[in-house]
Amino acid sequence: MSKRPTVAEHLARQGVSRRAFLKFCAATASMMALPPGMAPAIAEALGQRRRPAVIWLSFQECTGCTESLTRSHSPTIESLIFDVISLDYHHTLQAAAGDAAEHHRERVQEEFAGEYLLIVDGSIPIADGGVYSTIAGMTNLQMLEESAKGAAAIVAVGSCAAFGGIPKANPNPTGAVSVADIIKDKPIINVSGCPPIPVVITGVLAHYLTFGTIPELDKLGRPTAFYGETIHDRCYRRPFYDQGKFAKSFDDAGARNGWCLYELGCKGPTTYNACATTKWNEGTSWPVESGHGCLGCSEPDFWDAGSFYKAVSMPISDLGKLGLAAAAAGAVAGVAVGLHNRHVKAGAKAAHKPLTADELEGDKS
Amino acid sequence: MTDMELLNWARGPALEWATIIFVVGVLVRFLEMSLLGRKPDLSEARASAAGGGWRTVWRRSIPAPGLVKQAPVVIYAGYAFHIGLLIALLFFAPHILLFKDVFGLSWPALPFFVVDAATVIAIVALLVLLVHRLVNPVRRFLSSWVDYLVWAVTFLPLLTGYLAYHRMILPYTEMLAYHMLSVALLLVVFPFTKLMHTFTIFVSRWYNGAVSGRKGVQL
Repeated sequence: MSKRPTVAEHLARQGVSRRAFLKFCAATASMMALPPGMAPAIAEALGQRRRPAVIWLSFQECTGCTESLTRSHSPTIESLIFDVISLDYHHTLQAAAGDAAEHHRERVQEEFAGEYLLIVDGSIPIADGGVYSTIAGMTNLQMLEESAKGAAAIVAVGSCAAFGGIPKANPNPTGAVSVADIIKDKPIINVSGCPPIPVVITGVLAHYLTFGTIPELDKLGRPTAFYGETIHDRCYRRPFYDQGKFAKSFDDAGARNGWCLYELGCKGPTTYNACATTKWNEGTSWPVESGHGCLGCSEPDFWDAGSFYKAVSMPISDLGKLGLAAAAAGAVAGVAVGLHNRHVKAGAKAAHKPLTADELEGDKS
Repeated sequence: MTDMELLNWARGPALEWATIIFVVGVLVRFLEMSLLGRKPDLSEARASAAGGGWRTVWRRSIPAPGLVKQAPVVIYAGYAFHIGLLIALLFFAPHILLFKDVFGLSWPALPFFVVDAATVIAIVALLVLLVHRLVNPVRRFLSSWVDYLVWAVTFLPLLTGYLAYHRMILPYTEMLAYHMLSVALLLVVFPFTKLMHTFTIFVSRWYNGAVSGRKGVQL
């Protein structure tokens, strides 16, 4: 490991100025809600660290998370972070292929045992012995268990790795589960989203590299710095919600005036993420700003929450149709009960025997 | 189970089952009552039955002066609760979306602060009524566990709805799930308790008024 240059050395070699690096550190500090004074400390800590080995495992996923991280314009803090870490294994980005790639992963796992950072994107299928997704003859489950053993910490990138995501959507034919469902003895940071915001991924990595610890997490294992508040509570359209001004369709006057998208199915009220504050594509825009409601992609089971265009206050299923069917059944049952009662009544009437005064007197004696 | 799984379950299977039980239960009870059968009244009508019926429906919706003096808490808190509940149920924008989704009908919503105030009034009125029921020896004697159950299943949707809207105590997702589950519970309990009065009240008032009206008695 001593052969690896420090981050500062590496960046200098790449032609990244000290000023650019400090800017990155300041941005990271503010993003993670740390006091601005922390920026030099971050620079110091990051600069002196040896570039840590990172193994990125891709399981049942669509590569959207990698796209999110890498597609940004250069040079950005997102690309800078790639200079800070040593990404030793990543299907999409590695040059090596086949056995060579696998051997390298094994070598890194051995050499940096207990030190490397494991990033996982994609869910892990465990149905039928995990046959639904294999890499180099290994099931995803085997590879995760093997790679997790020596990891210092695991970052589950994307909703698939964090919660099972789309592969886990009902009826979940592959038995897809999240990383945390399998690995119980390692610190796991869930960076959910479909895909997660690039700066959230890099922010979490920067936090880990700077402090050597994992950030404060919410009960779903997500960093509270980014997942502490709902989209709705930080949304710039929130005042319209409070005023009861809602867009009723995607092209009405309300939509053009930027009114709240709640009625069009926005899942902002139940979604914890940082889109409303960090935005996307270098702060250009984000889904709600572009006129579409939040899908709730950073929450577990967002794919099973019914139509994207049904408000959160609406039932997932079609209760109108169900109610009609129930009404038909209820009508049949009601008539049956009513007729039964009449039958009982008629029976009681038929069985009724009038008593004469004599009979009553006879009883007396 | 995560908050989201709970919410999805509440918005999905829980509400589905509650709807089935509610609809079947209400229809069975209604049909059972109407199919009981009544003897035909062969006497000559002294006055219009329907007129008496409508008159009673209207008259009994206004508290009798004597009752206000005798039971002011029940009358005032009772009206406050019912009006507050109806405003919160029927004029809260997210609720109207629900009705639109289920029945295909929608109407304008009231501003949130109005609905908010109505909810507080309904909650306070229900608490007052509960205390009154517990403190007054006669009312306490007359109350069975069903009365408390009915009170609880009516109170919970109001309370959880208020807490969810104001993001109090629990995260919104979790509280919203509890709000929907409390509504599911209300729907399940509804057909088998005196909550049925929601549907029967005007029918029974009309019936009583019509019977008397036909005899020329004005209630």
